[in-house]
Amino acid sequence: MMDIGYYPGCSQEGTAKEYDKSIRAILKVLDVNPVELDDWSCCGATSAHVTNHKLALALSARNLALAEKQNLKELFAPCAACFSRLALTQCELKSDSNLKTEIEDIIENKLNGTTEVINIVELFKKLGSDKIKANRKVELKGLKAACYYGCLLVRPHEINGYDDAEMPTSMEDIVKATGAEAIEWNFKTECCGAAHSIPRVDIVIDLSKKILDDAKKHGANVIVVACPMCHNNLDLRQKLIKREYKSHEDIPVLYLSEFIGLSLGFSQKELGIDTHYIKFEMPELKKKESEVTV
Amino acid sequence: MSTHTKTIRTLTDDITDITMENPDLCYQCGKCSAGCPIRNYMDEAPNLIIRYVQLGLYNNAFESRTPWLCAGCQTCSTRCPKNFDLAKFMDALRELALKMGYKVKEKNQLKFHNAFLKQIRNHGRSYELGLVRDYKLSSGDLMSDVDSAPGMFLKGKIGVFPNNIKDKESVKRIFEKTKDKK
Repeated sequence: MMDIGYYPGCSQEGTAKEYDKSIRAILKVLDVNPVELDDWSCCGATSAHVTNHKLALALSARNLALAEKQNLKELFAPCAACFSRLALTQCELKSDSNLKTEIEDIIENKLNGTTEVINIVELFKKLGSDKIKANRKVELKGLKAACYYGCLLVRPHEINGYDDAEMPTSMEDIVKATGAEAIEWNFKTECCGAAHSIPRVDIVIDLSKKILDDAKKHGANVIVVACPMCHNNLDLRQKLIKREYKSHEDIPVLYLSEFIGLSLGFSQKELGIDTHYIKFEMPELKKKESEVTV
Repeated sequence: MSTHTKTIRTLTDDITDITMENPDLCYQCGKCSAGCPIRNYMDEAPNLIIRYVQLGLYNNAFESRTPWLCAGCQTCSTRCPKNFDLAKFMDALRELALKMGYKVKEKNQLKFHNAFLKQIRNHGRSYELGLVRDYKLSSGDLMSDVDSAPGMFLKGKIGVFPNNIKDKESVKRIFEKTKDKK
């Protein structure tokens, strides 16, 4: 069993509970033990860094300092925004010793910069596709997945060196290990509008609609994401997209962890897929499921 | 002789303090605006905002809606041939605009950020129900998402109570100490 530091992030306690649930479920099968960072606090994304630079650095640095104290060499942050803020803070403080001293003073803790912050795609890339294949119980044949990276899992390159910023392929490799098909499409690194979801939902509707349309146009029957904000904008916001564009056809959006979980033999309920706004159905299981359920 | 040279500090220096990069790096190729997913909703192109700062037309930059509509996707920062981190530059502009008391035209953006930060200050973590409540009360945008909310409650997606961290005070102190250290 491999231990890894785990920073769930605020969304995973609320609107993205199923992300946390599915991550914990599949990591157990894959022999990874997530050690939750004790007393972690919010990383500040997005509101802190867009209004107060030092507040943003300090909020993330508090967690990095806790990780060092708790001897966590690697800190896995499944939310793309948390990952980005934590990793960028580490990066920025390493490159500026004066700033680091100032932030240490604010958080009342020392920072050595030893914690490596990793995102979910990077984690599964490290674990390797073979590990998923070896534990696979269901071959996800018939699923044509559009792997959506969004922004923060590929940009900036300084913290996302694991793949190419414009044409990443790591998520596709992971998805293929489940037996599903990963389609080629154009919008995998386009922005969904992120935190505009509440104050400017009109922008999110437009941007998300373009992403969903491009995925469908290229033959996808499911979209795979690795960020609670992207999930919210692409799944929940389909309700408003439908209101705006009557011809819009639903397409389910799954977290990468849920997608892997299905191939490891977990049920939709065990992975929390039943809490999504757009209902997901396994193509080849459609018939069976309708027979089983009342 | 050189002792007589006195550097006059400008707002560009304040921006550079935050971004650690000088806006004068930009040679106005426009690649940032070409790839910006939000450009259509902005009043002015992102590269024009840099130009304003280069020319010392700070008012134009601080009064624009553009920085407040930047989603921070970092497409521009990634593609810039001069490696200028424009997303971070937009962060710096918002921060300084607030500090100097400029009126924010995208009012709801600021109200959202304030409501979000309030939850973290009080609980150490985000509290979605509190965020929605505080945002709605401050923005007057009471009707949005009312039809999504019941479903989310039923599915257990929105917690009724906040998750308070043990050492809430340490986060409060971070807020206190960064208040004047912008």
